[in-house]
Amino acid sequence: MIRRWLPLAIFLTLIGLLYAGIRLNEQRNPQVIPSPLIGKPAPAFALPDFKDPSRVITQAELRGAPYLLNVFGSWCPECRVEHPLITELARRGVVRVVGYNYKDEDADAKQWLARFGDPYHLIVVDRDGRGAFDWGIYGAPETFLVDAEGIVRFKHVGALTPQIVEREILPRLKGAQP
Amino acid sequence: MICRTLIACVLLALCFASAAVLAIDPLQYRDEAEEQRFRQLTSELRCVMCQNQSLADSSAGIAADLRREVLELMREGKSDAEIKQYLAERYTDFVLYSPPLRPGTLLLWLAPAAVLLGGAIAVFVIVRRRAQALNTAPPPNDSTEEW
Repeated sequence: MIRRWLPLAIFLTLIGLLYAGIRLNEQRNPQVIPSPLIGKPAPAFALPDFKDPSRVITQAELRGAPYLLNVFGSWCPECRVEHPLITELARRGVVRVVGYNYKDEDADAKQWLARFGDPYHLIVVDRDGRGAFDWGIYGAPETFLVDAEGIVRFKHVGALTPQIVEREILPRLKGAQP
Repeated sequence: MICRTLIACVLLALCFASAAVLAIDPLQYRDEAEEQRFRQLTSELRCVMCQNQSLADSSAGIAADLRREVLELMREGKSDAEIKQYLAERYTDFVLYSPPLRPGTLLLWLAPAAVLLGGAIAVFVIVRRRAQALNTAPPPNDSTEEW
C-alpha cells in the first residue's frame, strides 16, 4: 500500500528541496565570497596618499573613529552607480570614507574624481593591487566597515545601496563608536 | 582550387594566432621544476573572479595578480600547503578546490558516498524482493507444450 505512494513522496521531497534552494539563493548572490576578516583586525598597510604620494598612510592614522574603506577605480562602472550614496554618507558626516584607489592610473583617477566628486576623508593608492590581497579584495566596488579599534565589522561586495546602509552599516556604526 | 587552399591557410594561421593570445602574461620561470610546480599549484586553486576556472586558466586581472603572488611566495620558500593557507586566510576556503574536512564541509565530503551507498542498498533490496517473489511463484505446468 505504501509502495504506491513512495515515488510521489520522493518527488515531492525533491521539489521541496528545489524550492528551498531557490528561496535561499534569492537572498544572497552565491558568487560573492564572504570576508574571513569579519571580527578580525584590519590588515596592516602602508600605502601612499593619493594627494601627496610622498606620504605613506598606515592603519595607525585611522584609529580612533570608525571608517568605511571604499574600493574604487576610474575603470569601474558600478563605482559610479554607488558614488552619490558614498558622497552623501561622507558629506552628512555619518562616517568618514577612506577611498582605496585600486589598480588605477593617477591621471584617470584624478579625472574621475573631478568629474564625480571627491567626498573621501583621504585616498590611498594601490597601483598594482598587491595591498589588496590582505584585505581579500578581488574587484571593485567593495566596501569595508572598520571600527574605531581597527576591527573589520562588515564587508559588502558590489555597489552600496540604501538598503545595505540602512540594514547593515548604520546599526553596526552605533556599536562601533568609541 | 587556389581559393580552397587559401582558405585552409588562413584558418590554420588563425589557429596559431589564437594560441598566441593564450600567452596571457608570460611569467619568467627559473627552471622547469618551478614551472611544473607552479602550474600544478595554480590548477588546484580557484579563480576568485571567474569562479568556474582555475587560477591557472583564468584571464581575469585579479587572477594574473594572484599568480604573480603565488610565484613570489614559492620563491620565498613557502610550501604548497602554506601558500594554500595564505590564500584561504584571505579569500576563504572557496579558493581551494578540495576544501579541508571541517564540521561545515562534512556534508560536502560524505554526501556523494552516502547517496551512492543508499542507492546501492535500495537496488539490492528491490532485486532481492523481486527474486523472492519469482521463487515463490513457480511457472504453471503446461503439459501441452512441446519443449
